[in-house]
Amino acid sequence: MNTDEFKKVNTKNSTRLPVDLSDPQIEEFGRELDAIREEVIDSRGAKDRKYILTVIKTQRILGLLGRIMIYASILLLPAWSHDLASSTNFWILISLGTLSLATAKILENMEIGHNILHGQWDWMKDPDIQSSSWEWNHVCPSDQWIQSHNIKHHTWTNVIGKDPDIGYGLLRVSSRQKWRPFYLLQPLYAFLLAVLFEWGIAIQELELGKMFKRKSHAEKIRPLLQRTGTKMMKQITKDYILWPLLAVVMTLPFTFSGVGPSLFVVFFSVLIANVLANIFRNMWTYLIIFCGHFPKDVYHFTRAQVENETRAKWYVRQMLGSCNIRGGKLFHIMSGNLSHQIEHHLFPDIPSNRYPALAPRVRALAERYKIPYNSASLTRQFGTTLWKIFRYSFP
Amino acid sequence: MSDKKHSPSSTKSKSSFLAKFSAFTDKFAYPLRASHYVELLNPLWAGHALKAKVVKVWDETKDARTLTLKPGFNWRNYRAGQHIRIGVALDGVQYTRTYTISSPPERNDGLFTITVKAIADGRISHHLVRKIKVGSFLAIGLPQGDFYLPDSRPVKPLFITAGSGITPAMSMLESMLAKDRMRDTVHIHYAPHEFDAIFGERLKKIASEHSLYDLNQVFTHEYGEHKQTKGYFHAEQLEKLCPDWRERETYACGPQPLIEAMEKHYTLENMTRYLHIERFSAQLAVIPKEAVGGTVSFSKSGIDALADASTALLRVAEDAGMNPPHGCRMGICHSCSTTLLSGCVRDLRTGKLINDVGSKVQTCVCAAAGDCELDL
Ligand code: FES
Repeated sequence: MNTDEFKKVNTKNSTRLPVDLSDPQIEEFGRELDAIREEVIDSRGAKDRKYILTVIKTQRILGLLGRIMIYASILLLPAWSHDLASSTNFWILISLGTLSLATAKILENMEIGHNILHGQWDWMKDPDIQSSSWEWNHVCPSDQWIQSHNIKHHTWTNVIGKDPDIGYGLLRVSSRQKWRPFYLLQPLYAFLLAVLFEWGIAIQELELGKMFKRKSHAEKIRPLLQRTGTKMMKQITKDYILWPLLAVVMTLPFTFSGVGPSLFVVFFSVLIANVLANIFRNMWTYLIIFCGHFPKDVYHFTRAQVENETRAKWYVRQMLGSCNIRGGKLFHIMSGNLSHQIEHHLFPDIPSNRYPALAPRVRALAERYKIPYNSASLTRQFGTTLWKIFRYSFP
Repeated sequence: MSDKKHSPSSTKSKSSFLAKFSAFTDKFAYPLRASHYVELLNPLWAGHALKAKVVKVWDETKDARTLTLKPGFNWRNYRAGQHIRIGVALDGVQYTRTYTISSPPERNDGLFTITVKAIADGRISHHLVRKIKVGSFLAIGLPQGDFYLPDSRPVKPLFITAGSGITPAMSMLESMLAKDRMRDTVHIHYAPHEFDAIFGERLKKIASEHSLYDLNQVFTHEYGEHKQTKGYFHAEQLEKLCPDWRERETYACGPQPLIEAMEKHYTLENMTRYLHIERFSAQLAVIPKEAVGGTVSFSKSGIDALADASTALLRVAEDAGMNPPHGCRMGICHSCSTTLLSGCVRDLRTGKLINDVGSKVQTCVCAAAGDCELDL
């Protein structure tokens, strides 16, 4: 169904979902999905546990290796006069270290943190891997993120005015959002959001915009602000103060005795490596997440359409409002299996490692009921997303 | 005087220095702890979670096995008779069970043992007895419990144990031996038969070497039988095997029927003050046959409410005037999850019953199935 057709079926006043199914048919569709869900829930077992433990372990090793390589690269700075010291060797090692650290951060946010916080692994009853106690490596405190993500976004997916993730309160990504001159510069905001994505998410939660409208809001968010602030400080301290400073402390004796590199260079090498690792992580997560609900042909809904919504209709809305990205196994893992956004939105608490096997079943089911299933290459999904951001910056 | 004052404070400052140091290193690993990375090298070095490594397994009888465990850094020593919680992952799910330590605290190689009997339908005990291999790691808790001999009073113990209930008595006996302070002890131990008695040989050896230790083994099965046919605990038997039982402190550990029989007898004789019991009741509630409601106890708020079998527990709580955390009210966000403390609930989506204590319950999609207790 292309956009024009969609407009025909789904006029602004319609309270129906844009599918050609009667209510009993939608309920039957829902029952089929419920059955699939139950089947997977029942089959969770030792293999799944092994999977998540392996990912967690790999993530920690990559993180540690990254830090070690970044530190080791300091020893290769040309200022040292041993044989291996050269700027080429330094650059190679510090780049590898940065990439390894960025990969660890991506894995932690996507396949580990995001999914644990969805309660996907709560069934294991492993006290270390519970949605209620997991703190993720992100400037937004876990429990606050659960509020805006699990509760608001997953319940109200793509409902204009209800889903905080439509444009993240910053961008206009649907013709149904009213145009304001503010949006003219939105390609620029979109780029800045990509670079600073984790900060964007943390700040979005505070709904700062409301502060200008209502004074009471400022009072309400003070405790939130404090907790977010504390978490931000801890993340900043770790990446931008402690790690660079420790490197300086370790080179200090050598530099003072005249054989080491400049402390300034040491500090900034480590600092910039950490900054870049965080930016890579931000841009990657932005890329994947924007492809989840913004590409072409994705549907948005009005409040009227979700009134008295049944579970089955909620399923239909999730299917229409989410997009998958095609790719290989490693790509799926690195995207936290959010490349299977449709399956994730239908079954947010099913372990993510099960989505790949679920995808063909859901797709076939969608085809039988003639419900659109939006799955395409990364280029298509991100390309059309960028186009939308550009297009909707104008009225 | 000043010396005395000095020494505790110096150890205190030492430990607080360590605590400060570890708090400082944790800042580098935030939001994890440094110990999460140390764990990669050796799980026993982790400071955030206590683990134990299985270093030896040994069959005591056809269905009981002793596991020798090497605990991690944070382990603390125990008193003979205490127990620990052990977490075992089975089909991906971590279950927690309690087992008494069967070795004496005087053991000086830093290891300890637990002795597990595979009980009928007991998936966890079966797993521990048959599947756990040397080299694997188990999550453990710190030693707990008040089932131990008092140091301050010279009590004369009477052990009444059955089957794997021998474990605390074994630890106490070995401990007395290790300290070279065998007390005047009578032991009545119930076991299926001579060759199916956990620690049978060891007990006999101790009895032959120490006149203060009076061992009475009661065999309860004929060879080849699966059901107990003889040797039940009764008043005359106690009178006969231990005529001075009223002058002793009784330490009892064994299956529920034995404990019940003993409690009855001791109550009758007005001797319950001298009866110490270690019981491991099963953590599973009975599953009601039909969909029935029950009383829901919200333990944190101290509120009890009646619930039927189809109303979501979240509603029940709200109707009782509480405001528990929740979000989507449709089972997707998990913000309403709480812990099942006892009893049984039903997942309204699937009809499945949840009765394992410690399970997470999504109150928005679960209803009472009989009485239950929630951590709300
Ligand atoms: S309120 Fe969302 S899962 Fe229960």
